[in-house]
This record gives sequence, C-alpha cells and structure tokens, in this order.
Amino acid sequence: MKQNNLYNYIISIADNSLILAQRLGELCGHGPTLETDIAGTNISLDLIGQTRNYYQYAAKIQGEGKTEDDLAFLRLEREYKNVLLVEQPNDHFGFVMGRQYLFDVFHLLFMTEMLNSKDETLAAIAKKGIKEVSYHKRFSGDWVKRLGDGTEESNAKMQEAIDDLWVYTDELFDLTEADKAMIADGIGVDTSKLKELYYAEISELLKEANLTVPEGKYFTRGGKKGIHSEHMGYILSDLQYMQRTYPNMEW
Amino acid sequence: MALTQTVNIDQHLIPILEQVSDPEIPVLTVLDLGVIREAIEVDGVIKVKLTPTYSGCPAMDVIGDDLKAAFNPLGKSVEVELILSPAWSTDWISEAGLLKMEEYGIARPLSESADKEVLLGNAKKVICPQCKSTNTHLVSQFGSTACKALFKCDDCLEPFDYFKCLK
Repeated sequence: MKQNNLYNYIISIADNSLILAQRLGELCGHGPTLETDIAGTNISLDLIGQTRNYYQYAAKIQGEGKTEDDLAFLRLEREYKNVLLVEQPNDHFGFVMGRQYLFDVFHLLFMTEMLNSKDETLAAIAKKGIKEVSYHKRFSGDWVKRLGDGTEESNAKMQEAIDDLWVYTDELFDLTEADKAMIADGIGVDTSKLKELYYAEISELLKEANLTVPEGKYFTRGGKKGIHSEHMGYILSDLQYMQRTYPNMEW
Repeated sequence: MALTQTVNIDQHLIPILEQVSDPEIPVLTVLDLGVIREAIEVDGVIKVKLTPTYSGCPAMDVIGDDLKAAFNPLGKSVEVELILSPAWSTDWISEAGLLKMEEYGIARPLSESADKEVLLGNAKKVICPQCKSTNTHLVSQFGSTACKALFKCDDCLEPFDYFKCLK
C-alpha cells in the first residue's frame, strides 16, 4: 500500500472515537438518570458517525475492497491503535464524565488543528465534528464541575476518577511514526504542541470544580502502539461478537 | 439564507424530491431540511449529493434508500453521494420548513448566541410550540435525536423538543 502512513494515521484517530463510543454505548439503558442516559448515547452516536467517516476513507485508501465494517469488527486487538484512556471502564458516573472530559478537551484541540489539514477529507470531517465535540465538552465539563463542586461524596468520587485517569493523559501527545510522517506532509496534527494548552485548560476547570490537579509524573502508555490494557479484550469480545459468530451477517 | 445559492437542483426533479421526508421529522421534506446539495440528471442517471445534519445521523442511510425508491417509478437509476463539506447548518432549513416544524411541536433554532444561553440554562428564550410562552426551561441538553434538546413549558406544562442551532 502506497499510503501506509496515511492509513495508519486515520485508523489511530478513528479507533479513539470507536472505542469511546462503545464504552458510552454500554450505558444505554443504564445511565443514572434518563437525561444522562440519553446524553451518553447521543455522544456515542456522534462519535460513531465520525468513526464511520474515518473508516470509509481509510478503507478507500487501503484499496483492498474492505468496508468500514471490516475495519470496525474484524481486526485483532493489536491492530487497534486507540489510546488507553478511552478503553477505561465506566466504573461509576464520575469516571464516565472524567474520562469524557479528559478526552473532549484533547478532541476539540485536535479537531481545531485538523481543520488546517492539507487532506481535504480529514479537514471536512473536522469541520463537521468540531461542532459536535464542543457540545460534548460543554456537557462533560459541566458534570465534572457539578460533581466536584457538589457534596462531599460527589467531590471525593470525582477526585478519585481524575486521579485514576490522569496516568492515561500523557499518551494523547505521543507521536507515532505515522504521526510524524503525516505532520511532515502537512496532513497530521502535531499533538505534542497541544500538550501545554491541554493541561492548562483542564487545570483551570479542576480548580473551579474544587478538585486538586494531580501531581503524578508517571504516565502509562501503549494503546497507540497496539499494546492495550486488559479491558480491551472484553470490549472487543462485545463489539465483535456478532461478526465473529455469524460472519458477514447483515441486518 | 446564507449559502443556499450553492445548491444545484434540476427543476424537474423537485416534485419527486418533495415526496422524500426526514424519517425523524416526517413533516419536513429533504428540501425543507436543506440536506440535498445537488440533484442533477446526467445521461439518464440522477446524481444526488446529500449532506448529514450530524455525523452520526442514522436518518441519512434511510434518506438515501428513500431517494432511490422515490425515483424508481421513473425507471432511472440514482446515485447518492454523501458529502461533508460544506458542513450543514440550521440556516439551511427553509422558512416553510421552520413553520412546519413548529406546527409539528418542535421549537425552531434560535440565533447562535441565544442558543448558547438557553442550552446553558441561563436564559428563557425558547418559545413553546404549543402555547407560545417563553416561560420555558431546559430539561436536557440532549434530546430524542442528535439535533434536538429537551425543554419544558412552565405555563402549559408540556414538554417539547428544541431544534439546536448549528452553524
């Protein structure tokens, strides 16, 4: 394949959206209230829509006659390149909103930069997605504030979620070989330049929410290289069950 | 209406396009909604360019199938292409579409700044489609579909959908 780097680049962006959408989809019918349940699945739907656009484009570039469904359902764990953050479990609602907020801030910074991509399809996906992602961030940020600034218990739970998820944030800014090649071509986003903005924005909101900004300097990474946490296998067994059990099934 | 001039639709196709409606808001045709950006006949093939309201809008697949079904009696083949750029905006909904939407019970999108205020719960500006009161409040930022938020009227007490402003 001529455009190996572009393919790998698109897959890594798309996988973040797919796996986070799957996690949010798990909440369907299990949200703490009707409104948050609907919100979770709405955000999931936006992310799946973006994922479909990315996968359709990646499948075209790959040129092997595969479809978006092949890419979503029939790859092996090591072939998914999402960051570890998005595969972390739902645990309690503080985790769901904490994970969402830590991703949304990155996602919006990322999409804002991707608007300038020389690749017209990626720029168009960003233009469409940016409106959706800013709405997601408003929602998750509001909940982090509400829980952090709420009761003693909600504050403790929100703090626990932020502390536990913090170790996965630094990986968002790692550059793979495909990233570097795409940045050089004016197609990819140099995420290493977004790091300072990211932590500044998050720190500000956490303080406003009466939460402590974690000081830990140790960060876990691996997802971008296909080395995932134990959770990933369970996610894929749910996600891929139907296609693995009834190959080529359609409905 | 900004950008509507970029729409390229053959006049003779309009009566057929008017038969295809949004599956989520059946009173709106695809033309009212502004999702058809091009519909032209080239050598007997009808080529349609469709743009989604939201990236994950499940109505798009259905609209694509409905378009094919609508043109089917003419014995002409239809090619539907999904385009993302320029991105759809609520400005592209026609005035006739907005009126039908209100009659159907969905409040029309406000301006961008007013939209932000109401979705943060900071202002009462959304007009209840039932009793026309602005004494309404936000129930949920996300509603029954990606394009709507849920509101409730504090005068007539009816809950209703508000079509979010997208620019």
